Amino acid sequence: MGVFNRVESPRKAEEALYNEVVLAGDGWMHELKPGQVLRIVDLEGNQAADTLFYDADNPEDHYSAVATIAGQGNIYLTAGSVLRAESGKELLTIVADTCGRHDTVGGSCSAQSNAVRYAHEKLSMHNCRDTFMLQLAKHDGAYTKRDLAPNVNFFMNVPVTPEGGLKFDDGVSSPGAYVEMQSHGRTMVLISNCPQLNNPCNAYNPTPIRVLIWEK
Amino acid sequence: MTKPWSITIASGGKWSGIIGRGKLICFTALEAGANVSIQFYNARDLTERYNMPDTLKAQYTAHLTKGNILMSDNGRAMASFVQDSLGWHDTISGYTSRLATDAKYGATNYQELRNEWLRSGQENFAVELVRSGLGMRDMMPVVNLFSKVSCDLEGKMHFAVDHCPAGAAVTLRTEMDVLMVLSNTPNPLDPREFYPSVPVKLEVLAAEPVHEQDACLNHRAENRRAFENTWEYYELSGF
Ligand SMILES: [Zn+2]
Repeated sequence: MGVFNRVESPRKAEEALYNEVVLAGDGWMHELKPGQVLRIVDLEGNQAADTLFYDADNPEDHYSAVATIAGQGNIYLTAGSVLRAESGKELLTIVADTCGRHDTVGGSCSAQSNAVRYAHEKLSMHNCRDTFMLQLAKHDGAYTKRDLAPNVNFFMNVPVTPEGGLKFDDGVSSPGAYVEMQSHGRTMVLISNCPQLNNPCNAYNPTPIRVLIWEK
Repeated sequence: MTKPWSITIASGGKWSGIIGRGKLICFTALEAGANVSIQFYNARDLTERYNMPDTLKAQYTAHLTKGNILMSDNGRAMASFVQDSLGWHDTISGYTSRLATDAKYGATNYQELRNEWLRSGQENFAVELVRSGLGMRDMMPVVNLFSKVSCDLEGKMHFAVDHCPAGAAVTLRTEMDVLMVLSNTPNPLDPREFYPSVPVKLEVLAAEPVHEQDACLNHRAENRRAFENTWEYYELSGF
């Protein structure tokens, strides 16, 4: 099933300038300055942190999953991966990763995709797209639904088979696993801590994540 | 439609237009090694568009062929693959940029080469999106017809150079009124050193109504729910 690339970080939590918990199912939107490093910690294991990025100087240039994977010629994200915007611009680089592999093909859940994937009755359930949209709504119209592109699913494993199939092999993360990325410019980060209760991505039990930021 | 509408998109060319629901769009590669990058939007609500992750997750696939449907971000069937001579079309590799096109094939410009200069998907899409009141923020993953990109166990992506012979054909059936925006530009992962885009013929004609035995409708329970969502949308809106 392929290699997992694990790289530890030298940064200490007590030296972070920002350190907060994002509760299960909640959202978080925050701007990184050039050089700043964001760590996302999977506190209890197997929680999906659905994450989008924007060039804060040009918000219409959103994260691009396909520009990112085509740019590195590999569908998995890990330490060394450069996260690119739709224009091809380099937004951030993953600098540490104790999980070893993250997905960016599977996208986020939404009320509509839950209804298609599981049952029409799932339409009312809480979902990542609603979390994203609530966060976008707090930015005075600077961001709209049109800015919601396919995202990164930190701590998720969604392998593509050589035959072109798609599998969901979750359970690759563990309590305390983290991923760290350094921002190249001013970057807006939008996280939905996935409330998905229909698939085993978070063992049917969404749990909190922690976000920390260092100056560099 | 009483007779098919038809157009040939030259190498490097682009096209956009609204195609109503219930039509067949037949694409034919006029030479070997074609790639057509396509974005789809709901013609009546441009904020609704093709969603690559939802399409792939719901159908447990990382490539597209007969039986598959293209799903929107509102959980609706936008178009269906009703015929396919190739068995594999790509939707995970995106489109070419100006920077990458210049880096790979050498910088070209109109001033020297006139209409032979090498177009990029990024610029072709930008022009056609702005034409419809959209913009760069609406750029999303595309469907790359005629291209095969597979992944090995380590996740490395491989472009199949000899995948598309001359005459390869694929037919999409529209399940919604769509704005289709296409760019006849290379797949970003095509390793060939020459600009490989070839002319592609498009024909649009009327489709038979979707019947209960339809292969795309019955491909998976997920597909049926996406069709039901589309039908509900048209019933409610009266479009
Ligand atoms: Zn989710």
